[in-house]
Amino acid sequence: MSVDTDTVKRVARLARIKVSDDDATRMTGELNAILGFVEHLDEVNIDGVEPLTSVVEQTMKKRVDGVTDGSKADDITQNAPASEDHFFMVPKVVE
Amino acid sequence: MTDLTKLTIAEAREGLKNKDYTSLELTDAFIGNIEAANAQLNAYVTVTADQAREMAKASDAKLAKGEGGALEGIPLGIKDLFATKGVHTQACSHILDGFKPPYESTVTSNLWADGAVMLGKLNMDEFAMGSSNETSYYGPVINPWRKQGSNQDLVPGGSSGGSASAVAARMCMGATATDTGGSIRQPAAFTGTVGIKPTYGRCSRWGVVAFASSLDQAGPIAHTVRDSAILLKSMASVDPKDTTSVDIEVPDYEAAIGKSVMGLKIGIPAEYRMEGMPGEIDELWQKGIEWLKDAGAEIVDIAMPHTKYALPAYYIVAPAEASSNLARYDGVRYGLRVPGKDIVEMYENTRAEGFGEEVKRRILIGTYVLSAGYYDAYYLKAQKVRTLIKRDFDLAWENGVDAILTPATPSAAFGVADQDLHSDPVKMYLNDIFTVTVNMAGLPGISVPAGLDKSGLPLGLQLIGKPFDESTLFQVGQVIEDAAGSFEPEKWWG
Repeated sequence: MSVDTDTVKRVARLARIKVSDDDATRMTGELNAILGFVEHLDEVNIDGVEPLTSVVEQTMKKRVDGVTDGSKADDITQNAPASEDHFFMVPKVVE
Repeated sequence: MTDLTKLTIAEAREGLKNKDYTSLELTDAFIGNIEAANAQLNAYVTVTADQAREMAKASDAKLAKGEGGALEGIPLGIKDLFATKGVHTQACSHILDGFKPPYESTVTSNLWADGAVMLGKLNMDEFAMGSSNETSYYGPVINPWRKQGSNQDLVPGGSSGGSASAVAARMCMGATATDTGGSIRQPAAFTGTVGIKPTYGRCSRWGVVAFASSLDQAGPIAHTVRDSAILLKSMASVDPKDTTSVDIEVPDYEAAIGKSVMGLKIGIPAEYRMEGMPGEIDELWQKGIEWLKDAGAEIVDIAMPHTKYALPAYYIVAPAEASSNLARYDGVRYGLRVPGKDIVEMYENTRAEGFGEEVKRRILIGTYVLSAGYYDAYYLKAQKVRTLIKRDFDLAWENGVDAILTPATPSAAFGVADQDLHSDPVKMYLNDIFTVTVNMAGLPGISVPAGLDKSGLPLGLQLIGKPFDESTLFQVGQVIEDAAGSFEPEKWWG
């Protein structure tokens, strides 16, 4: 399988990365090189093989459903590019 | 007085305990080396000299009373991927511009609890995506090694290039690093240092900036096998904050060092002899086999038929996980924001400017392979192939193999801005061909310096172990180190 420039633009839109027409053209070639490489997997017989979901055989640890942390609004918003009264500020999203 | 920066961690530990010198003297010696060398090698992105001296003084106070932890007063460098409270933590990306976490990663917390001293944050490939440390927003790291009679700048490997370069150039006693596809072992091999990626689940991932969560593991880079054992003992822990942290007590890795390898079964997989691989790599491998045989190990041929599919499967799994993990960088909660006419354009502008080319490439690949209609053809298939790769290893262990010996990399260090490697992203990816299988199966792997190529550059051998059997890797690794000796670059910098 290979991608065309329109597909690259669509995927970039899904990934929320702005790409120019020139970027999209260049990236199409690069992505096709990678997709061509991963096509080697088509040679492998995977009939009846289960996908690997965890490399370690361990039941997922569960923690107690309790409050262990909190009241850190200053910490949480201190790195925000824009914040006010412990809210993250974003461009208007509702008209 | 002897040059304190030439000491191993094991030696410094004794010297500090015997009060031959103080941690402040040791720390100052390393700060001196950093100040002299960093402009040329670019291994550190931030130097925390004041903090280091404060930590050293606190260690000296403890040492004076005969107290202190396992790493009391030992100056270390920290890869920029680890969250360090109030200190530059950007995964060497522009998108985390100005980010200073209000918390500390578990791995670094463990190190400070054991008395280690932080010298600063180390350069790396952006979000650990790269094999040459050239994708960093802060520019490439330079390898302290050069070819004989050449002044060409070489890469230290990646993604932990800053860690490897800083250790090799004596800008820290040891460093933290991380490994998703080979990012500890390949730079260690390129710089004549020792690097171990432990079993998945051995070191907590809490507070480590995520790249591919099912593959990422932290580990140390150091001068000797013993030093890497000392560091791993402190870095590893059982951490309730990481659900993939495994409930197995951390053993005393140093106890394994010096133990005989008599009777150990070492597997040699023919599939790691790649087409077009330089003869020198194969010769080094044969030398490693001889050393282990001489030490009494039993050498057995094993089959790893799915080896060549590990890298293609990795380039589906890792980008897929990365595209999800990196979705959080949206210009809202931390880091860079580039304005747009509405919120979507703000996201798109921020991510276009904040991420470098390699990171964008991987996010796009990941988004594509996870998108509707392609999931089964790519991601699901790659996860099935991953099962087969792990099965190859499981069969070896079932047949009584104790560890597997392979080359660490298919070549020695290459030049900065290498035209051929930059012409096709896949060529750069091939650097990880011998290391990536280990991440796909979640196993521990160590790279130990084993010799120099004909141009005088270091080469490493890799040992792969059973899950949570890092001890055997240190045991066998020491035999290689004893036979091969140690390697020091000729000083041209600083």
